[in-house]
Order: sequence, then C-alpha cells, then structure tokens
Amino acid sequence: MPKTPRTVAPVGGIVAVSVPATPSRIRAHLQKRGNSSWADSGFRWLMLACALSIFAIVALIATELVTHSQLSLARFGLRFFVGRAWNPVQNDFGALPFIYGTLASSIVALVIAVPLAIGVAVFLTEMCPRALRGVLSFLTELLAAIPSVVYGLWAIFVLVPLLRNYVDPFLIRLLGWTGLFVLPDFGIGLFAAGVILAIMILPIISSLTREVMTAVPNSQREAVLALGATRWEMIRTGVLRNARIGIVGSVILGLGRALGETMAVTMVIGSSPTISKSLLAPAASMASVIANEFAEAADDTYRSALIEIGLALFIVTIVVNILARLLVWAVTRGAPPRTV
Amino acid sequence: MASRTNISKANRHWRWIANHLATGLAVLSTILVIAPLVAIFVYLLYKGASSLNWNFFTQLPAPVGEPGGGMVNAIIGSAVLLAVASLLGVPVGVAAGIYLSEFGRGGKLSNLVRFTADVLNGVPSIVMGIAVYSLIVLPEKSFSAFAGGVALGIMMVPTVTRTTEEMLLMVPNSIREAALGLGVPNWRSVLSITLRTASPGVITGCMLAFARVAGETAPLLFTAFGNPFSSVDLNRPIEALPLQIYLYAISPYDEWHRLAWAGALVLIVLIVVAVALVRFVTTRGVLKGAS
Repeated sequence: MPKTPRTVAPVGGIVAVSVPATPSRIRAHLQKRGNSSWADSGFRWLMLACALSIFAIVALIATELVTHSQLSLARFGLRFFVGRAWNPVQNDFGALPFIYGTLASSIVALVIAVPLAIGVAVFLTEMCPRALRGVLSFLTELLAAIPSVVYGLWAIFVLVPLLRNYVDPFLIRLLGWTGLFVLPDFGIGLFAAGVILAIMILPIISSLTREVMTAVPNSQREAVLALGATRWEMIRTGVLRNARIGIVGSVILGLGRALGETMAVTMVIGSSPTISKSLLAPAASMASVIANEFAEAADDTYRSALIEIGLALFIVTIVVNILARLLVWAVTRGAPPRTV
Repeated sequence: MASRTNISKANRHWRWIANHLATGLAVLSTILVIAPLVAIFVYLLYKGASSLNWNFFTQLPAPVGEPGGGMVNAIIGSAVLLAVASLLGVPVGVAAGIYLSEFGRGGKLSNLVRFTADVLNGVPSIVMGIAVYSLIVLPEKSFSAFAGGVALGIMMVPTVTRTTEEMLLMVPNSIREAALGLGVPNWRSVLSITLRTASPGVITGCMLAFARVAGETAPLLFTAFGNPFSSVDLNRPIEALPLQIYLYAISPYDEWHRLAWAGALVLIVLIVVAVALVRFVTTRGVLKGAS
C-alpha cells in the first residue's frame, strides 16, 4: 500500500470543526427533548423486573405450597410418604399409593414411548425422504398441541374399550405369569393410564431426540460409512452412541411431563387409593388424587395433605427438569441449529 | 480359507438382515406414532361433527335427562379466562424476553432466567392450580374467574419469554445501530424498531402459548371452578370449555358424552385455527409491512 501524505492531525487525534448548524425541525426537536437517559434506565429496570418475575413466580409457588401444607407436614412428617392409609374420615393420610401410581404409570409410559420415539427420530433424521420429513415432523408435533382433556376423552371412549377387548386378554395370556397382568380387568387402570401417557410424551421425547441426533456432526456418519458400515451400523455406532447423553436427557424430560400429567390420567386410572401388583387394577396418581378430591376437601388437614402431595410433585418435577435440561444442554451446546 | 469366506458371507448376510430389520422397525414405529393422531382426529370429527348444531353455541347446558342444550356459558367463560390470562401473561413474557435479548445477552443472570423459564415450563399445571388456589381463592374465600385467569397467565409467561427472546435475537444488529445512530432513545429503538421487526415471530409465540393454555383443565379445577350459567364477572366462578368437556366426559349420560365430543371438536378447531391463522397472516405479509 503506497504511503500517501496526509494532513497531520493535532495531538489527541480530534479536530474540532465548527459547522454552523443548519436550522431544522429535527435538530430543534432533539434540542428541546433533551436527555433520554432516565427513560432508558427506567425502561431497562422495567424489563429487568419482568425478567425477575419468573424467579418470583417459582418462589411464590414454592412458598404457597410450603405454607399451606404446614398442617400435614407437622402432623405426619416423613411418615406421610410411606403411609398407605388414605382415610379422610379419620384424618389419616399417607401418600404411598399415589406415589406408586405415579411411578408405575410413568414407567409403563416410558417403556412404551422410548423405543417408539427413538424409532421415529431415527426414521425422520436418517432415513426419511426429504419430501416426507416436513409433513411427518409436523404431524408428530401436532400430537403435542392436543389438550390433555381431549386425550382423556378419547382414551375413555376409544382406547379403554380397545385395550379391554383386544390388548389386555393378549397380555394376560402372554405375561400373566409375571403377575403384572392378571384378572380382574376393567379396562381402566394403571396400564391404560400408561398407554395414554406414552402417546402424550412421545412428541417431546422424539423432537428432542431428533435435535440431539441432528447435532451429531456429519463427519461422524461419513467416517463410519467409509469403513463399509451398513446404514443401521452407521446409525448405531455413529449417531446413537454420540447422542446417547442427549437422548437420556430427552427421556428424563418426557418422564417429567409424565409425572405431572393430570387430566388424561385422572380420566382413565380408576381413582382407587390402593397398591396392587397388577397393572390392570385401578389405581390413583399424585396428580389425579389432587384433581379428584381437592375441591371437596373441606377439612383443613385433608386439604393440607393434598397440598403436600402437590409440593412433592413440584419438587420432583423441578429436579427431574433441571437434570434433563442440563443433559440436553450439554449435548446441543454449540451445535448447528436444526433444519427441518 | 473356505470356512472364512463362509463366515464372512454369513456375517454379511446377518448385517444385511439387521440393517433392513432396523429400517423396518423405524418405519413401523413412525406408523404406530401417527396412528393415534389420525385416530383421535377421525373420532373427533366423526363424533363431534354429528352432534354439533346451532344450539351448541347459543344455549345453556340442559338439565340431566333433557336432550339438547349447549355450551354457550363455557365458550364465553373460556374467552374471558383467556383474555385475562393474555393481559397478564403476554406483557410480562414479552418484557422478560426483551430483557434477555436486548439487555442481558450472554450474562449470568439471563442464563439463569432462561433456565428458570424452562424449568417453570415443566411444572405440572395442577401444581399451578394449587398455588393460585392458596394465593387468591383461599384469602378471598371464593372461586373466581380472576384466579383462573392468573393461573393460565402464569403458565403463558415462560413460553412467551423464550419465543420472544429467540425472535429478537434474529433481528440483525445493523437495524438497532441505524436507529440509535439517528438519535432515537434506546427504549424507543427497542419497542418500535427491534420488537416491531420481530413482531410476526413474537405474535406467533404468543399464539402458541395461548393455544397451549386454551386446552388446560387442571389449573382451572379449583380456581375458575365452573358455573352452569353465563357469567363475565371476574369475582365469580366461571365455566371453561375444557372444564365442561371433563365434567361431561366422566358423566354416565350419553347425551353429555355427545356434547363432550362436540366441545372437544370446537376446542381443537379453535386451537388449530388460532395457530394456522397466525401462520397465514405472518407468511402473507400483512404483518411483514411492520418489518
């Protein structure tokens, strides 16, 4: 670059040039308006306050739940979570049947949903023709838009008769020896709740699994294919193995949703505070007992016991969600954004 | 030597089978996932459409045993509840999104806010219902439409916050700089330049949150509670479409089951139309004039 002589700037580098201000409406307006710093900082604080309100909401939920479950916390202590009695008449409460119902229905849901969700994710990211991909992924996400109560309605009138007439007899013959599927069978019960939950958490698991699978760099796939692998071997060793932490994260996120799901489960679980080994027996989950009994709980201890179940549900879902978010975040961090 | 080629042949055979088996299983699971979706929609249309009529939109629920009746109270109630929820949830959510994208970008605090919003999104809706019950219903000693609206509004905040932030992040910096370079105050630049440019996306996010809470039942069970009569009073219990569907679905009467299907169809159509309308408007350029 040739050096051109340039005018020497005075020390400090700034030349003060006074240009006579052309009078204009804008300039006059700006002078009249003056400084906007107070408005700017006010705006900033307002936005900050709204952002902080998210913490406030979580704190508020926590304090409300803790204060209003004091009665039950003080009276039953930790015994509440191992007690099997649920007797509003004698004011004796234990949450074990509901904890069992929640866990069992969620596990059934995961057992059904996880293989299917991974299958869908594998199909959509690795095998599907491009033209079909958009439509299919839209359809699976549409499953997430259906309200819980509509799932429940469908489950009562379509899924439960289907299970009772066709699926359950088959399972009883096949797996009756395990004791998990034995008569009597009413159709409604833990298994029906698990199946409807599986349908509901599928979109969450499959869309997040898709996200972490897309985050696996293409060079991994190409490297495995170049070694002569078939497509399935490529998916198994190149994609699934690399994405496994993220997949575990998305499964845990689905679990979090299943644990707290209320309406659909309430409508098909049978609402019976009992623990039985058979998955075909009616049961109750933590969310379903709150939904069913809260409005009728006139007694303070009764209401407080139900709120304590809510508090337990709150804490468990928060822990599960934090865990899942951290896992998914660890995998997708720095990954390219997903293309449909 | 011969045995070795045999092994490798068997091996190749097995790998071929495994590959096609895996492909088949993936296709099968996709079909199994799509099947319930199709089944639900077909059933909704089949059962719902046959029991939808004009009375459904204009009449109050009929007493048990009498045929006919509608859900006009639930439709009005849902509109009131959703209006209250949007008035509370959307401004707070959008403002929080603005903070995350425009002021706290990359900071520790905004990471924490974002994380908390995601976690709040996973809190079961029934827990929200209990919290709002003990916050508003217990002190006031009455179920109210306002309490229901608050519960739904709180549920809207995290979704609106996250989508607003994502949409604002996509606005190119040059636009912000241009506004500031013209001497526009920062607050004005954020509101009428950045937010306005991103408005189609922000509105879509708000509609998605809206569609999500429109179908929520659990937080309304002991806040809005339900009401067999038309009401727009915020201090009194109010009916909502999902509540009515729930009540009718678990009842033993065929007539009520019929109405539940009709209600579910109306609810789904409302949700799908809301989302589709936003898509249509934002892609047709009516709102693009803003950018």
